[in-house]
Amino acid sequence: MRQVARRISTYTADVSGVCSALYELGGMVVMHDPSGCNSTYNTHDEPRWYAMDSLIFISGLAEIDAIMGNDDKLIDDVVTAAKQLSPQFVALARTPIPMLNGTDFDAIASVIERKAGIPVFYFPTNGTHSYVYGVGMALEKIADYYTGDGCEEQSDCDADGIRVNLLGVTPLDFSVTGTVESMKELLKEEGFALVSCMAMGSSLEEISQAGWADVNLVVSSVGLPAARLLQKKFGTPYVVGTPVGRFVNQIATDLRTAADTGKSIISCNARPDSVDSKIALIGESVLSGSMAAAISQVHGKAVKVICPLEAEEGLFVPGDVRASEEEELEKILKDMSVIIADPMYRPICPEDAAFYELPHEAFSGRIYRRKIPDFVKILQ
Amino acid sequence: MLKKIHGLVSELEAAWPISETSYPVPFPSQLEYNSAAHGTWNIVHIGMLIPDAHQIYICTGNCNRGVVLTAAEMNASHRFSTITVKEENILDGDMEELIIDGVTDILEHLDRKPPAVIVFPSCVHRFMGCDIPMVYRVLRSRYPDIYFVEGYMDCILQKAGITPDQRLRRELYSCLEAQPLNSKSVNIIGNTLRVDKDCELVELVGRAGCELKQISACKTFEEYLSMGESYLNLTLLPVGKIPAETLKERLGMKHLYLPQCFGYEEIAGYLELLAKELQVAPLDVKERMERCEAALQKAKEVIGDTPIVIDYTAIPRPLGLARLLLEHGFSVIRVYADSFIPDEEEDFRWLQAHNPQLMIYSTIHVKMRVLPRIIETKVLAIGQKAAYFTGTPYFVNMVEGGGLYGFSGICKMAELMTEAFLEEKDTEDLIKRKGLGCESCI
Repeated sequence: MRQVARRISTYTADVSGVCSALYELGGMVVMHDPSGCNSTYNTHDEPRWYAMDSLIFISGLAEIDAIMGNDDKLIDDVVTAAKQLSPQFVALARTPIPMLNGTDFDAIASVIERKAGIPVFYFPTNGTHSYVYGVGMALEKIADYYTGDGCEEQSDCDADGIRVNLLGVTPLDFSVTGTVESMKELLKEEGFALVSCMAMGSSLEEISQAGWADVNLVVSSVGLPAARLLQKKFGTPYVVGTPVGRFVNQIATDLRTAADTGKSIISCNARPDSVDSKIALIGESVLSGSMAAAISQVHGKAVKVICPLEAEEGLFVPGDVRASEEEELEKILKDMSVIIADPMYRPICPEDAAFYELPHEAFSGRIYRRKIPDFVKILQ
Repeated sequence: MLKKIHGLVSELEAAWPISETSYPVPFPSQLEYNSAAHGTWNIVHIGMLIPDAHQIYICTGNCNRGVVLTAAEMNASHRFSTITVKEENILDGDMEELIIDGVTDILEHLDRKPPAVIVFPSCVHRFMGCDIPMVYRVLRSRYPDIYFVEGYMDCILQKAGITPDQRLRRELYSCLEAQPLNSKSVNIIGNTLRVDKDCELVELVGRAGCELKQISACKTFEEYLSMGESYLNLTLLPVGKIPAETLKERLGMKHLYLPQCFGYEEIAGYLELLAKELQVAPLDVKERMERCEAALQKAKEVIGDTPIVIDYTAIPRPLGLARLLLEHGFSVIRVYADSFIPDEEEDFRWLQAHNPQLMIYSTIHVKMRVLPRIIETKVLAIGQKAAYFTGTPYFVNMVEGGGLYGFSGICKMAELMTEAFLEEKDTEDLIKRKGLGCESCI
């Protein structure tokens, strides 16, 4: 593999994933980077940048500081900014150059924490992984730190119904076109009580109550690390699946079952195997699997999920494929008659295949945002 | 509406009266905020100026994403490819092979070979000591009919030495070859936007019977190559100086630095210099100064005492424009700039002495993220960042000088200010688009 993308886009990377996950939580995220990461993030990965404040900055790493190992500048700058802006926490995200020169972030985080007097989290991103890794790591850390040891008195979580956290919610998978609101509304309609949504529309205070949920709903693979953490910490089972169209009934049933039995359920692979399928769906594993399930329910056809991102085998059915290289994808797609994918995949799709646009913010950014559907409301 | 999730902070440290501002860097280097105004050109936009050239970026996914989507948003994905650096490449040290094989693969799969390829290694290659000259030697021997232009996306040099933007503007002309110089051909070097055809500079070049060439006007690669015959290069922006000096050394072309500015005497001096070089009669600058006076007066009658804010992305000399406007009775209250170029020193000192209350605002200071982006009264902004930070729909949508020049440039600026004052714009929609002047599909 030559790691070449001749015609297609590139997925949002881990650094932006950290920023996206922490965007609404009142912290200050610092990408330790010379330049560019910030602009890429706020232009192509972050639809909230114009209308919603968030303290996300770059350190402006200079060559001389990188070579001489001048970590004091980063420490001083972060502490100064923290004192000026009073964030709830500081998050440090690594980028390629600090990885290359072996910057000791654990030590830096420790010094900043002592000087600034607020929690400091370090995320070992390096720009070579996708957002799945970055978001996953960030949500797991937040879920761990802010839910405490799980022994606190239950406060305002006495809501009626089965209590649920939504895990893995960022604009990178769901954009800002209504899906997040619809998922929350759906849970309410189905009689569930939402404890927190990680991490859109919930405060740190709400997230700190996450341990009181009866079950967690993982709507994107980025929520899996947090789900496992909460299971380990509080014994909370989780359901993996996105409420897409008609598939919402399955999700609701699985949530009740999981809450009742305490056993986790992978819902997104509850669909026919796709070995012989000529219908391809390219995207993130959980959302794509759930959509494939919804298509199967509505149209009676098996769909082959092609996942170009990090994902676990257990999320797929036989016939699904994990592939990320353009050349590899092109070979798989040439045998397909129907392709559902982000429009930026179209150049590598066979001309005689029917192509259905399914824009993904983490692939084409803002270009096709207007066409990103409310996933709850499609495929009814 | 802006949703605030943080408390209010004071603007202290993010803004100073010019009387208390240090020159040329008003604010210390700290963490940096990147505003939502994206109209300035980046290296992708600049690289697209070479007609039919193909760009190839080699970096981690994180860096590639910004550039691949820049190309896509300007409907130029067909002229753009990437090679992704993975963790194992960094550990295995096979970076040269990755680039050579990747570029070869891309070229072999293109429908037709481009006349030029701009290759962009990145910071990781610099830090790993990657043998980039060897990479180019191999590629040039493999594809002798293709010009390989040496780009670099090494953002780590943003604060020292030559920046990626400056380097690319220099390399943009590297395909031009030595040839007999033509005394009837003149280039403008370093501009990304076409220079206004009505300006005195264009008029003088025309009077001398010379053809004026600029890369932004070249439709074909051959047209671009023909810039190599010009005997004279004119640079109107500070970023043009390095490429023009490089061409002077490499191809023996003359270079005149005639920067865009707003002082009558300074403009007159540059026009006189150009007339002398071109051996044509000097222009009647008095008459043109009177036209400027009339245009500014007319604009003042409409705009009145409305507060005006200016940013450095609109024009490289915001202090010069602020001074001109203040001298003509306009109410300039703020200039947004993180540093000033050497050409601005005289205007800086003048403003300190005559308008010490003028406020200088940073655009990247962390506090700029949370300071209110609204002014209660009507504000006229010149530049996208100035519009963004004041929340005004009344703004001159311009980057990099807008191609304006000379006395006619002042008259046009006055017209643009009047037009901006009278007509509301959709600020968010306009400023979030990248590369003002390029296509935008969003």
